[in-house]
Amino acid sequence: MEEKKLITGGEFLVKETSPADVFIPEELDEEQRMIGETCKDFLETEVFPVADRIDAQEEGLMRSLLEKSGELGLLGITIPEEYEGFGQSFITNMYSSEILGAGYSYAVAYSCHTGIGTLPILYYGNEEQRAKYIPKLATGELIGAYCLTEPGAGSDANSGTTKAVLSEDGKHYVINGAKMWITNGGFADVMTVFAKIDNDRVLSAFILDRDFEGIIFNPEEKKMGIKGSSTRQIFFNDVKVPVENMLGKRGEGFRIALNILHMGRIKLGANVIGSAKKAIDQSVQYANERKQFNCLISQFGAIKYKLAEQVIRTFATECSVYRASKALDDAIAYYVAKGDDKGRNTMEAFNHFAVEAAAMKVFASEALDYVADEGVQIHGGMGFSAEMMIEKGYRDSRINRIFEGTNEINRLLLVDSVLKKGARGVLPIMELAGEAFEEVKKMNGAPAPAEGWFEEKDQYVANLKKVVLMLLKSASDKFNRTLVQEQEILSNISDCIIQVYVAESVVLRLKKMESMKGEEETKLYRDMADVFVYDAAARIAKFARDTTYSFANGEVLDLLEKGISNFTSVAGVNVKEARRRIADQLIEENKYCF
Amino acid sequence: MRILVCISNVPDTTTKVKFSADNTSFDDGGVQWIINPWDELALTRAMELKEDTSNGVSRVTVVSVGPASVEPTLRKALAIGADDAIRVDGEAGDAHYVAAQLASVAGSGDFGVILCGIESSDYNGSAVGGMLSEILDVPSVSAISGLTMNGEEVTITRDIDGGKEEVSVPAPFVGVVQKGIAKEPRIAAMRGIMMARKKPLQVVPAVDAETLTETQEFAMPEPKAPCKMVEADNVKELVGLLQNEAKVL
Repeated sequence: MEEKKLITGGEFLVKETSPADVFIPEELDEEQRMIGETCKDFLETEVFPVADRIDAQEEGLMRSLLEKSGELGLLGITIPEEYEGFGQSFITNMYSSEILGAGYSYAVAYSCHTGIGTLPILYYGNEEQRAKYIPKLATGELIGAYCLTEPGAGSDANSGTTKAVLSEDGKHYVINGAKMWITNGGFADVMTVFAKIDNDRVLSAFILDRDFEGIIFNPEEKKMGIKGSSTRQIFFNDVKVPVENMLGKRGEGFRIALNILHMGRIKLGANVIGSAKKAIDQSVQYANERKQFNCLISQFGAIKYKLAEQVIRTFATECSVYRASKALDDAIAYYVAKGDDKGRNTMEAFNHFAVEAAAMKVFASEALDYVADEGVQIHGGMGFSAEMMIEKGYRDSRINRIFEGTNEINRLLLVDSVLKKGARGVLPIMELAGEAFEEVKKMNGAPAPAEGWFEEKDQYVANLKKVVLMLLKSASDKFNRTLVQEQEILSNISDCIIQVYVAESVVLRLKKMESMKGEEETKLYRDMADVFVYDAAARIAKFARDTTYSFANGEVLDLLEKGISNFTSVAGVNVKEARRRIADQLIEENKYCF
Repeated sequence: MRILVCISNVPDTTTKVKFSADNTSFDDGGVQWIINPWDELALTRAMELKEDTSNGVSRVTVVSVGPASVEPTLRKALAIGADDAIRVDGEAGDAHYVAAQLASVAGSGDFGVILCGIESSDYNGSAVGGMLSEILDVPSVSAISGLTMNGEEVTITRDIDGGKEEVSVPAPFVGVVQKGIAKEPRIAAMRGIMMARKKPLQVVPAVDAETLTETQEFAMPEPKAPCKMVEADNVKELVGLLQNEAKVL
């Protein structure tokens, strides 16, 4: 692949993306769909019938479900064939994660095992370590976990105090410390544990087997949601770890931890789509059964609004997640072809997409929260009853905004990554922002809408990007190195960037869909894009103004106000009717059908 | 011995059924297609019989009649474990047409056991199995809930009113199976899915055969009347409603 064609992370802010460069779910091939059916069949036959027993943490049940997943090959979908896996693409990985994402606590155990439980060894392990662990992790003979968070080190992961000291004979590291919120902790056989060697400032990573002496497991945490997933605190008391179990190089742990998290964040986006579609199915099916005032509640406009908005946000998440997946698949292929170490080069690709990963993590988890919350609301009093699955979905949804890096950390990280890329000259942020300011100076009112539906949407998205660029430049100019302390401003800018990425992803999917199916078949999807872009412009205007009034003054304030006003100006949309049409289709099909 | 399993490509059982504007054809837009659940049970039993090597089953072949769009369903059968697949390139017009095509395939190979589901979950005709045995001029046994093999000897269990019947039948024969024939249908494993693309899927032309029936019109069932709740102790109102509104008394 030629380097010039490769999309780089964050590039969407400074360049247009061609529909040819995005993947949309309509392009899933027969084999990928068959893998999806296998995942769905597995949930329906093995997981959903025992949902209550999973939540009661019946001894051995979750482990046996993971083992059964292994027998079907579901634990090795993306693991290379030389390690007993099936070497599938990242897109296939995301699609299977989407389907299995509907599996409540099982989905968490599965994601943990196949993601943070397996990938540090696959991507950073040496040949001996891979050969020893990966085939067994791929088949479910071994279950994996990842031990990063500590009682005093959550978002600030590098501040962990778990220590590793080389033994006098040089054969072992002796590890002491405590880790918490360890998913699969109750039964994992292999753990990637992060600790600092001697007085190092950064973490190193080690592979620990469960039966190493000195590892103590606390009882299961009592949690608000995902009750069926095992979550333990783990203590390491003079645990002797052979030196050959160090993962990567000394001091490389923090990089390993971050890169694995970048990948986990995008995958969380896929998981969330599955959960959201399930919650939508439950919502519409209830609304199609429940009568009040002698009428099915699905016929009420207030309920249609909720149903349609659930669909729009889920659809928008899907557009963005699969777009990012394709960019990553291409980048993985490029970086893997560039060097000998496939694992490290794969993670290098993820590192480049930190912006998209953080954006997906935040948008997807908040979309699911909306869907689950309104799902409960549609159920009314019954939604508050533990009898209904939507109640479980609501509780389970909440963790997504917390794990894999809180949404707050991800918002900050997102802007930080963009600015660093700008400073390194990878993204011409400041140059383009300067051009946007110049354009504003010459403007006399909002630009006239372009002719044609797609042309108009392209114009809006391009204008919204200009708002983001202006904010990035003016905030950087104002605060320089102290911008990092202005978390409210960074969060606002981050929200603008996320809205831009998702809005553009929706438009790109529409373009590709229409080229495949024609305009008639995609009318309802135009409704979704109309509503989403219209809303995104309003949200961006609000975030941008909040930011502007927080720091700008003089000419910059005037230009920002004018720019925000003009660049977020979009034509009016009859959102009531658009949402009704979307809801009517959902109500007719009685399940998510988009 | 070889086993032939006849597969019908049917809409997913959760499909919202819609018809064309004049109600003469099924609107298959957006429909997800699956292996007919009864045929899937037949395939599962065929796989179970093959896996027990003492049964001497050498190969399991699946066959379906239809255009290229049925191939994903055949490949799903290959992913579940069938050894090879045959698609008869024709439109499955009616039971007679389908049975004639299946007979052509079944007659051209040395299949000892030919299995069909008792009905398809779309048109529920329950006709193909019987017609197939008639065209092939071999015995057929219907409503099979158990099938065991001992060499060439096949023992069949049938569910009959109030009990079970055990019958033996010489091969070749057509077995029409129902629920109970196999354990739960199998989930296609990743390895099976990967292998499916390498397994043979042969396309054969349709033989001349008549379509003897023609659909005149489809009709959706009448929507259910709204439910009326009556207080448990108000027998008078209940009787009145049954007499005057439901008109069943």
